Amino acid sequence: MTAQRSMKVEQLSGGEMLIRALHDEGVEMIYGYPGGAVLHIYDAIFNQDKVEHILVRHEQAATHAADGYARATGKPGVVLVTSGPGATNAVTGIATAFMDSIPMIVISGQVDSSLIGSDGFQETDMVGISRPIVKHSFMVQNPEDIPMVVKKAFHIATTGRPGPVVIDIPKDVTDPNKKFKYHYPESVKLRSYSVPGKGHTGQIKKAVEILLAAKRPVIYTGGGVVQGNGSELLRELARKLDFPVTNTLMGLGAYPATDRQFLGMLGMHGTYEANMAMHFSDVVLGIGVRFDDRVTNAVSKFCPGAKILHVDIDPASISKTVPADVPIVGSVTCVLEEMLELIKLSETRVDKKSIDLWWSQIDGWREKDSLKVTPADNDIIKPQQVIQSLYEITKGEAYVSSDVGQHQMFAAQYYKFDEPRRWINSGGLGTMGFGFPAAMGVQLAFPDAVSVCVTGEGSFQMNLQELATCLQYQLPIKIVCLNNQALGMVKQWQDMQYGGRYSHSTYAESLPDFVKLAEAYGHVGIRIEKLSELNSKLAEAFALKDRLVFIDVMVDPMEHVYPMAIKGGAMKDMYLSKTERT
Amino acid sequence: MRHIISILLENEPGALSRVVGLFSQRNYNIESLTVAPTEDRTLSRLTITTVGDDRKIEQITKHLNKLIDVVKLVDLTEGAHIERELMLIKVKATGAQRDEVKRTADIFRGQIVDVTNTIYSIQLVGTSEKLDGFLAAISGTTVLEVARTGVSGISRGEKVLSV
Ligand SMILES: Cc1ncc(C[n+]2csc(CCOP(=O)(O)OP(=O)(O)O)c2C)c(N)n1
Ligand SMILES: [Mg+2]
Repeated sequence: MTAQRSMKVEQLSGGEMLIRALHDEGVEMIYGYPGGAVLHIYDAIFNQDKVEHILVRHEQAATHAADGYARATGKPGVVLVTSGPGATNAVTGIATAFMDSIPMIVISGQVDSSLIGSDGFQETDMVGISRPIVKHSFMVQNPEDIPMVVKKAFHIATTGRPGPVVIDIPKDVTDPNKKFKYHYPESVKLRSYSVPGKGHTGQIKKAVEILLAAKRPVIYTGGGVVQGNGSELLRELARKLDFPVTNTLMGLGAYPATDRQFLGMLGMHGTYEANMAMHFSDVVLGIGVRFDDRVTNAVSKFCPGAKILHVDIDPASISKTVPADVPIVGSVTCVLEEMLELIKLSETRVDKKSIDLWWSQIDGWREKDSLKVTPADNDIIKPQQVIQSLYEITKGEAYVSSDVGQHQMFAAQYYKFDEPRRWINSGGLGTMGFGFPAAMGVQLAFPDAVSVCVTGEGSFQMNLQELATCLQYQLPIKIVCLNNQALGMVKQWQDMQYGGRYSHSTYAESLPDFVKLAEAYGHVGIRIEKLSELNSKLAEAFALKDRLVFIDVMVDPMEHVYPMAIKGGAMKDMYLSKTERT
Repeated sequence: MRHIISILLENEPGALSRVVGLFSQRNYNIESLTVAPTEDRTLSRLTITTVGDDRKIEQITKHLNKLIDVVKLVDLTEGAHIERELMLIKVKATGAQRDEVKRTADIFRGQIVDVTNTIYSIQLVGTSEKLDGFLAAISGTTVLEVARTGVSGISRGEKVLSV
């Protein structure tokens, strides 16, 4: 078959080659929005049925949908937008994917080659605008280059530390009247790009020795373990050593949240036990993490007694903020496999007595129960209770996308993810408006799965136009809106640092009726106002398996997210409630 | 400390802007930058001088290496190396100054490459320090214009930067 195909040389236009190359690359679905500069490409889409195109209602949503698809499946998300405003609308989504190292290909139309630089209609320098937020970008000069550019773009986007790649294509390059020989390359070689695989054995040995001698170790893992499909090996390693594990906001699900060895999320809104264990540890094994400021708090006070072992595929992530004692550059699977092998071969055994002692100290911290929820009076719903109920109703098996704010932190703290790629959120850029379109990408990738978007009434209004897309493609997403009638996270900071002066963070009097809004778009809307009806109404919403349901849950507007790191402190310095701190 | 980083870069449109963009984006500073194609037309050679502590320089080189267009790079200041910069300088050369400028240029092995009744244009090659030294030496003279190329450099001995 392959031989036959390569014998028969096809003649295709640039636009046709692009879509054909996507198909040959294994792309099933692209997210986009048409316009002048990409009309030849859209015509090529019309004339085939191999690559499905999903029409969103705003280009930003196309990028987030592709991003959600990529996070849930591990496959690259593909976006198609027109030049000028189409391209600039995609920028927030590209930056979001870049910050979280998500593989994505963004194809943007461009004005005719002859018009570039002339301030032509809908011309914008997309390669220039996107430069700081892409892994790489291409401006296609000739139609014949398209297959190779596509091949390179996917190779770069999906290997090493993944990231978004932009392909900017002038309209004349896709001219349907000019046909060229089509051949999709089998492989690609870039002399300036190599992908780290195996780590340095000497370094890994050193790390293993330190791990086996550790008395108060913590394994701290992030998005890299999810992206690098290292979850299984992480579990094996942690269990073998009986070490405690904590995950970053980006890494949730890499280690099962219901497991005894899991300490919960760490960092700014991490659990008491996770942050205390980090601070008092003697060895930190960081895997696929970047020692982000939202984790470390003041770097100078970070884990004062700990040796830092840092595994990452990106050498630039290592010793960027916190100097590593043992840096290991490599893919998470290669490095963990080698670690496990070395541990097996080693004469030394874990210092069980010390580790048991460490566990009893950790169990002491656990008793603080930093995520305890105190029910309110008067049947008022606490936002945390919504997530707890959601977890029960979905049996912990849903794909949960979130927006940004308090609701995001509550979802991260209270939904116990046991599997990777189930928790989909914009951790690095913190993009409000991400959650809902990301949930569309998840639902399109897995039509039979439960795709939930946990959002706030603020974030949801940043991409609510996608309700129309969901009607068109019959996406039965469940939108759980923790409606606190405010930009809650902003308000929380204003409570804590600005004497409760709510500068432009409240708008209760001008909120839309979300139930009617959902109905206007042909969906179902449900409002929940009392704790006594929370479980039953939420269950009712999830029973509507074939419908998108917007669940508007009125929650206590005064609630804060705790624990919360005390700015400028060490990881052990936290507010535990409005009145208590460490 | 001052570092000289030499880079072999794909000779592609936009490649230079990625390098320069990286410096501004990450708040690194560029003291000087030179760039031209090499004997291999698919490659440009770029020389950047920058200032920073070891940690900063490590980050700079790591991030440069991550750019897909960067084929290879070396921090020349890590080993023995030769660095040169070329300066063209136009000075007022009248009265007693005329002889004085000529004498100073000779001492610094500069060449006068253009002359009028009132003006000398001088070409000088050397390390940046030497060029600074020359400017200090003629500080009594009216300098009309200075054009410096920025530093270019190679390692001493066998060591080469090539693909
Ligand atoms: C696009 C964007 N603009 C502004 C912010 C800053 N910001 C962070 S959280 C937040 C409030 C979000 O409000 P809402 O979605 O209602 O969530 P809540 O905190 O109330 O749960 C804001 C404005 C952001 N993260 N993203
Ligand atoms: Mg809100």
